[in-house]
Amino acid sequence: MLDLDALAKSFDGHVAVSEMTFNLQKGEVLGFLGQNGAGKSTTMRMVAGVLEPDMGDATINGISVTHDRREAQRQIGYLPEGAPLYRDMTPQTFLRFMADAHGLSKPERKNAIERVIADARIANVATQPISTLSKGYRRRVGLAGAILHDPPVLLLDEPTDGLDPIQKRAVRALIARMAPEKAIVISTHTLEEVPAMCNRVIVIDHGQVVADDTPEMLAESRPGGLEEAFMMLAGEREDQSV
Amino acid sequence: MIARLESTITGIKAAWRRELSAYFATPLAYVFIAIFLIVLGVFTWELSRFFDTGAADLGPFFYWHPWLYMLFMPALAMRLWADEVGAGTSELLLSLPVSLPGLVIGKLLAAWTVAGLALILTMPWWVTVNILGPADNAAIALSYFVSFLMAGGYLAIGAAVSALTRSSVLAFVSGVLVAFLLTAAGWPFVTSAVASVLGTSAGDAVAQFSFVTHFETAQRGVLELRGLVFFVGFMALCVALNTLFVSHKRSGAG
Ligand SMILES: Nc1ncnc2c1ncn2[C@@H]1O[C@H](COP(=O)(O)OP(=O)(O)OP(=O)(O)O)[C@@H](O)[C@H]1O
Ligand SMILES: [Mg+2]
Repeated sequence: MLDLDALAKSFDGHVAVSEMTFNLQKGEVLGFLGQNGAGKSTTMRMVAGVLEPDMGDATINGISVTHDRREAQRQIGYLPEGAPLYRDMTPQTFLRFMADAHGLSKPERKNAIERVIADARIANVATQPISTLSKGYRRRVGLAGAILHDPPVLLLDEPTDGLDPIQKRAVRALIARMAPEKAIVISTHTLEEVPAMCNRVIVIDHGQVVADDTPEMLAESRPGGLEEAFMMLAGEREDQSV
Repeated sequence: MIARLESTITGIKAAWRRELSAYFATPLAYVFIAIFLIVLGVFTWELSRFFDTGAADLGPFFYWHPWLYMLFMPALAMRLWADEVGAGTSELLLSLPVSLPGLVIGKLLAAWTVAGLALILTMPWWVTVNILGPADNAAIALSYFVSFLMAGGYLAIGAAVSALTRSSVLAFVSGVLVAFLLTAAGWPFVTSAVASVLGTSAGDAVAQFSFVTHFETAQRGVLELRGLVFFVGFMALCVALNTLFVSHKRSGAG
């Protein structure tokens, strides 16, 4: 469903992502892990059509993001890191804007907005300015915007960052409910939630894939479990360079 | 081709709605319109001695339009793109399946709508001159029309410049600077200086790039195709540059 083919990006000669290649099938929920600066967000931005890759391509159901950006973007729901939102809008007007931008017709729009307001559990704040919402609510409004057009591929950059345990669980439940019909990429720094949320893990370091496995297999690969495995994989190269 | 046009129109509509609601969600549009009306009123009344002339003429009123636009339009346009980058929402915007020119035009149209509203609210001046005596209403209507076009030109500058920075203050200052150059190019002082150094044709050429030159023609009641082409072409140029500046962000420059 989602294919990354040797995606690469450098910033001023500094390599952020190099030859990132993997593919994702329908029903897979990928935990996309790596230490700060490993290149998770840069990879997602390229797939989302926000950033042009230096080389390589990403295709969604065979549609290339570099050749047919807009058609590919229709197939993607993207929650950027930090869930940026227009603070002057309300969740309701924000979702209306997202629906307009996706070219939804009037009845589609109404249904879609009602659906995601229920899914993201933001009904009680739907007409409140976003600037007055708590971090958790904002993140959920961003999530609602990402799933509004019911895309087959979701890219969620730290969707549970800043959420309390109850909201984290709600987001996990929402993702689990959507998972069978979609391919989902989730970046996170909270390793404990990976086994609960994901059925596949890719660890990247210095812009390259260093592990690709199920959470269970990865956890079993080291006596210390997933955290130790992550430490070894993600920290390895830095140890060498120090 | 059709798909591209469709996605441009989708982008225009979405961006226009969003920006217009942003102007009126905050006091910005109201404050802008109020201050614009007051300043224009004071300038026309006090500095131009509107009633002393006793003539049913809106010349003193239109005289100030370019000079006020030079300051007010960059203020109206400054946040259009600078704020997107500042708040990180450009990330969201660039992930939408719409064409970039559509977003650029939509935002510009939203600001232009607010400017048009301000202009409509100056209509009492038009009524007043008709009370004072017989007025050349055709020339006034034409002046209003070209003034609106000119406002669009100033806004297009402000919008394009705001795509170059994440600071709306910086966008405002540089917007005013560029706007000033395009206004002052029509000053007799400037054109005669250029003419004395480079020759009369050079002076005329510089004047052709000034908003004021084309606006003054309209005030005389003369509809010049050249003037219309100038403003529309100028806006198209700014929209193209604006699109270029925004698409530059896609390649990774901030
Ligand atoms: N716009 C940019 N300009 C210059 N360098 C950048 C830019 N964006 C990212 N980088 C660099 O690219 C590398 C990868 O960054 P990226 O944001 O993708 O990491 P990440 O894995 O998402 O990290 P985090 O866990 O902190 O979110 C980092 O070294 C970062 O400094
Ligand atoms: Mg990141």
